[in-house]
Amino acid sequence: MSPSQWDFPVELCCRPMAFVTLTGLDVVYNAVHRAVWDAFCANRRADRVPISFKVLPGDHEYPKCRTKRTSYEWYIPKGILKTGWMNKHLNLVPALVVVFYELDWDEPQWKEKQSECATRVEIVRQSLQGRNTKVAVVLIQKKTPLPPGEDVIASERAAALCNACDLSGKSLFVLPHTDHLVGYIIRLENAFYEHAQTYYYTEIRRVKSHKEYLNKTTHQLLFVRHQFKIAFFSELKQDTQNALKNYRTAYNLVHELRAHETNMLEIKTMAGFINYKICRLCFQHNTPLDAIAQFRKHIDLCKKKIGSAELAFEHAAWMSKQFQAFGDLFDEAIKLGLTAIQTQNPGFYYQQAAYYAQERKQLANMLCNHEPATIYPNPDPLETQTGVLDFYGQRPWRQGILSFDLNDPEKEKLGILALQLKEKKVPHSELTITLLSNAVAQFKKYKCPRMKSHLMVQMGEEYYYAKDYTKALKLLDYVLCDYRSEGWWTLLTSILITALKCAYLMAQIKDYITYSLELLGRASTLKEDQKSRIEKNLIKVLMNENPDPEPDCDPVSVKAAQKLWADRVSLSGSNIFTIEVQEFVPFVQCKAKFISPSFHIDSPVQFDIFVKADCPHPIRFSKLCVSFNNQEYNQYCVMEEVYQKSETLESSIQETLCLIPGKTKKFTFKFVAKTEDVGKKIEITSVDLLLGNETGRCVILNWHGGGGDAASAQEALLAARSFKRRPKLPDNEVHWDSLTVQASTMIISRVPNISVQLSHEPPALTNEMYCLIVTIQSHEKTVAKDVKLTAGLKPGQDANLTQKTHVTLNGAEMCDDSYPALLTDIPVGDLQPDEKLEKTIYIHCGTVGTRMFLVYVSYLVSATIEGKEILCKCHRDETVTIETVFPFDVTAKFVSTKFEHLDKVFADIPFLLMTDILSASPWALTIVTSQLQLSPSMAPVDQLESYVENVVLQTGESASECFCLRCPPVTTGQGGVATGCYVITWKRTSAVKSTLVVNTVITLPHVIVESIPLHVNADLPSFGRVRESLPVKYHLQNKTNLVQDVEVSVEPSDAFMFSGLKQIRLRILPGTEQEMLYNFYPLMAGYQPLPSLNINLLRFPLFTNQMLRRFIPTHIFVKPQGRQPDDASIAAA
Amino acid sequence: MESRRVHWLPEITRAEVRAKEEKGERPPLSKMAVCIAVIAKENYPLYIKSVPTENELKFHYTVHTSLDVVDEKISAMGKALVDQRELYLGLLYPTEDYKVYGYVTNSKVKFVMVVDSSNTALRDNEIRSMFRKLHNSYTDVMCNPFYNPGDQIQSRAFDNIVTSMMVQVC
Repeated sequence: MSPSQWDFPVELCCRPMAFVTLTGLDVVYNAVHRAVWDAFCANRRADRVPISFKVLPGDHEYPKCRTKRTSYEWYIPKGILKTGWMNKHLNLVPALVVVFYELDWDEPQWKEKQSECATRVEIVRQSLQGRNTKVAVVLIQKKTPLPPGEDVIASERAAALCNACDLSGKSLFVLPHTDHLVGYIIRLENAFYEHAQTYYYTEIRRVKSHKEYLNKTTHQLLFVRHQFKIAFFSELKQDTQNALKNYRTAYNLVHELRAHETNMLEIKTMAGFINYKICRLCFQHNTPLDAIAQFRKHIDLCKKKIGSAELAFEHAAWMSKQFQAFGDLFDEAIKLGLTAIQTQNPGFYYQQAAYYAQERKQLANMLCNHEPATIYPNPDPLETQTGVLDFYGQRPWRQGILSFDLNDPEKEKLGILALQLKEKKVPHSELTITLLSNAVAQFKKYKCPRMKSHLMVQMGEEYYYAKDYTKALKLLDYVLCDYRSEGWWTLLTSILITALKCAYLMAQIKDYITYSLELLGRASTLKEDQKSRIEKNLIKVLMNENPDPEPDCDPVSVKAAQKLWADRVSLSGSNIFTIEVQEFVPFVQCKAKFISPSFHIDSPVQFDIFVKADCPHPIRFSKLCVSFNNQEYNQYCVMEEVYQKSETLESSIQETLCLIPGKTKKFTFKFVAKTEDVGKKIEITSVDLLLGNETGRCVILNWHGGGGDAASAQEALLAARSFKRRPKLPDNEVHWDSLTVQASTMIISRVPNISVQLSHEPPALTNEMYCLIVTIQSHEKTVAKDVKLTAGLKPGQDANLTQKTHVTLNGAEMCDDSYPALLTDIPVGDLQPDEKLEKTIYIHCGTVGTRMFLVYVSYLVSATIEGKEILCKCHRDETVTIETVFPFDVTAKFVSTKFEHLDKVFADIPFLLMTDILSASPWALTIVTSQLQLSPSMAPVDQLESYVENVVLQTGESASECFCLRCPPVTTGQGGVATGCYVITWKRTSAVKSTLVVNTVITLPHVIVESIPLHVNADLPSFGRVRESLPVKYHLQNKTNLVQDVEVSVEPSDAFMFSGLKQIRLRILPGTEQEMLYNFYPLMAGYQPLPSLNINLLRFPLFTNQMLRRFIPTHIFVKPQGRQPDDASIAAA
Repeated sequence: MESRRVHWLPEITRAEVRAKEEKGERPPLSKMAVCIAVIAKENYPLYIKSVPTENELKFHYTVHTSLDVVDEKISAMGKALVDQRELYLGLLYPTEDYKVYGYVTNSKVKFVMVVDSSNTALRDNEIRSMFRKLHNSYTDVMCNPFYNPGDQIQSRAFDNIVTSMMVQVC
């Protein structure tokens, strides 16, 4: 877009930088000069000093300096600020002119060169006469200079050159053209910068010095002008703090000016400029709040300063520009690191700018509605001699006139007319849309989705006014869903009305229909008469006729639209439109509901479609069809109405597919499900309602699933929460809100008509063949064919159970791991009505625990529904939980021959193994037999035969056995010696003879075997009698490979007298035995301690009498003497 | 049901308000708002009333867009200290012509009030008490067993309260 009158001049918006001109550089033909120039202007990063350089020829003519005024007494300013002033000081009048000259200190023709240089300087000085611009000389040298003070010639010649050129030593520089060019250049430009700052300082002083000559009455404008200049020079000097201060003063002075309609524009223009500078500097100083405060103040001060009423649009344009410029400044500051927030971001300023742009358009429309014949005035009052204005913000036809009275009202009129005619050509909508889209971008960034939508609506409307209906529709359509989803129906309706107009004007049939459908619907807040109009139009469109134009449309566009519609009618293209309903809120609502969440295969599937219209007039549909996930059923669920072509859409109410507004209509459908759909879900995928017919236009309203649109979810929620009691309705009517959608149903198999009974005796015992009897009885009226039985462990349990459970039909054979856990589909044959069938299943459980068993009987039976014969698959399943327990607990223990507990046994010395079988089964068990299977390391002392054969154990009873064993000496390890296994063969007492017996193997514990050096056993009778001799023989066996020295002593006991060796020391050879014979003579009756035998082994001190006690008896029972002494006793006495 | 229970516990009980009113402590509630709206938890309008002289649609848009700021403020408050939370949200955003104030109840029902920018007499405290008065009246509406939470508010008493707070333009 070309810059308009309202855009700020470039020189205002740029960052002022010190202006330095470089002369004497031939950047085109001289490579060295080129390199120097490149070093100056290339790569100017932020760390370089802010200077704008320009290469000019040495004899360049600088703007002439006007002769300085000595008095302001008779001077009357003609305006506030000249239009050229800022540019002059930015780009034309330098702060410093640098003369480049190639000259080495050892130049042979020094004199000539020196004077040439002096001439060049002089030429520059001439051109700058009257200005304070500094001049500096840079000598480009080929040689690297010596350190200062060393080169005597150099310092002499430098002084001479300064003298010749009338320069101070500070203004002469040397630039050796060496490798370090950039470094030298940076030093040079720093020096230049200092000179430039001095220049601007003197300029500020100069302007300030004018002040004292001014008076408040005639020089009001000059106060502003001077203040502005001081501020601007401060900016050039990079003194932004003072610049800001001076701009602020200038701003206050502007508002002190006497304002009148004639100079209002000038004042506002300058106020706008200064405000811009202030805000800009505030942002630069990182005080955004100051900037915002200044801007607010500015707007508040200027808002009401409209100026000429005939040119009120100018004020709106100016206001719009103020906001836009501030928005730009704000945005720029953000890009440089400022953080904005949701409630304070550039978007608001753009939005306001757009608002004023809209106002400008309205004002322009109001003020510039001239007769079309009005001719632009000639000569053009807006032309000036120079083509530009002298002062900012003045009228071209009365420049420099300060009087508030219009001395030429005719000229003024023409000027205003010219401005108004020009305003008419301004693309207002385009301006507004640009600003709005700027604002949209900002609000998007600062999380304001609704503000964004609102602005997009405005953009759409602006496009509509600009007659760009395509873009308008695109934007409006985009935001519609936001307002719809949040339920702001008033706003939605207003947007829809504009959208409908767009659709009408472009003759977009599908959009036209869609918007009409929604405007007729319950979400629309339109009045009845409007709805009625739209409905009539909709019907016209469906009858392939032209709709009436929408109200308040541009008449030219309406004409074009009518032609478009006529073309559409003649065009026989695709006239069927499918409209997805769930994306908006149409005027027809639909709910599909299966009567039940599941249907048995032998009963028909039924569902209802409820339809309700919200439009003002009754409306007739031509077809209703329902689609399912299994498309086979679609054909059964179509309702169609065939009517004559001549009939209109608003036909008699009696017809089935005619909807009366507000009344719910119910359509019931029924069909028979396919047998292969048993166990599957039947789902309504869509409901289609056809409006219109193929001869005209046809609209298919398509509901996904079981109905519902953009608003129905929320409505359903509210209805569910509602406590309201609904009034009673006649039987055949229902409350729409109380209807819930049920879009799917399950097809389940026919209810089985057989009984399955299980008989068994829980719990199961480990490893037994547990018997489960399944009794199947048919109660069907016809033959149950193809009966199959599946029985076994219910799938889905612990995997270990599957491995430890086996099922078989054959009870005569023990199960092993090859048997399955579940027997599937055992054919049983057919079952006649009332026939009973029994099947025995044997279950082998290898581990204890709880198991679930499944018995599943399936069969086929034929059934008739709705006159259709179908073969139904029925099944019944029974689940039973069976606990498995150990039949008995077996304990084994080792005891000595004296039945004393042993935790270890001695090699070669007999000991006893005792087993204990404790029945844990709730049922009586018969132990068929038991068997001790000894390991090779054990040897029986006598016959191993079972003592518990055919013993019946009731619950809690136990049976014990005892075996005498001997363990040969072994070189044993830590773990002891394996004893062997104990096998119990058993069955349930209740089991029939044929039942398999179960062998339960119990591994006996290991036993620790120790060798012993000496074994003693005693031969003595089982009892003694008082005063009868009791012979005792002790056998001492040496179990070692050594000759043993044994000390034997007998300690007397009170109950006995004895004869034999009381104390002896003897030797026993390896593997041999020594016998010791004693004759004990009991003195007392009762259980008496025997005289104790003490043995001391000299070689084995560890062998103690304690150990000995294990082998030989310590007590004996002594019977009293008989009353009647028999012969034997007398003889003994 | 949950939302209903919350409303039974207004921040100031009605008895308290009545007591204050009797003592004459009631702030001088002049008629100052140009638009008052009640917005449901789900952000759809339950009630909107604006001065009849101006474009009603404009106020609808103003109220709707102000919800951006309300949402942001609510999410900034977080879940912490639900009980002690300040319900008054303060100035939502200023436009050239209007100031928009917000207030949110514990059940996330929002009240939005639009005030003319030129009306400088209106202090924050007055706005606050206006909202509180509105909240009390809304609580009365909720207590009505015939009112279904989530429905448009059609109570005459509520309407009167709102009208009393609005600028009466002759």
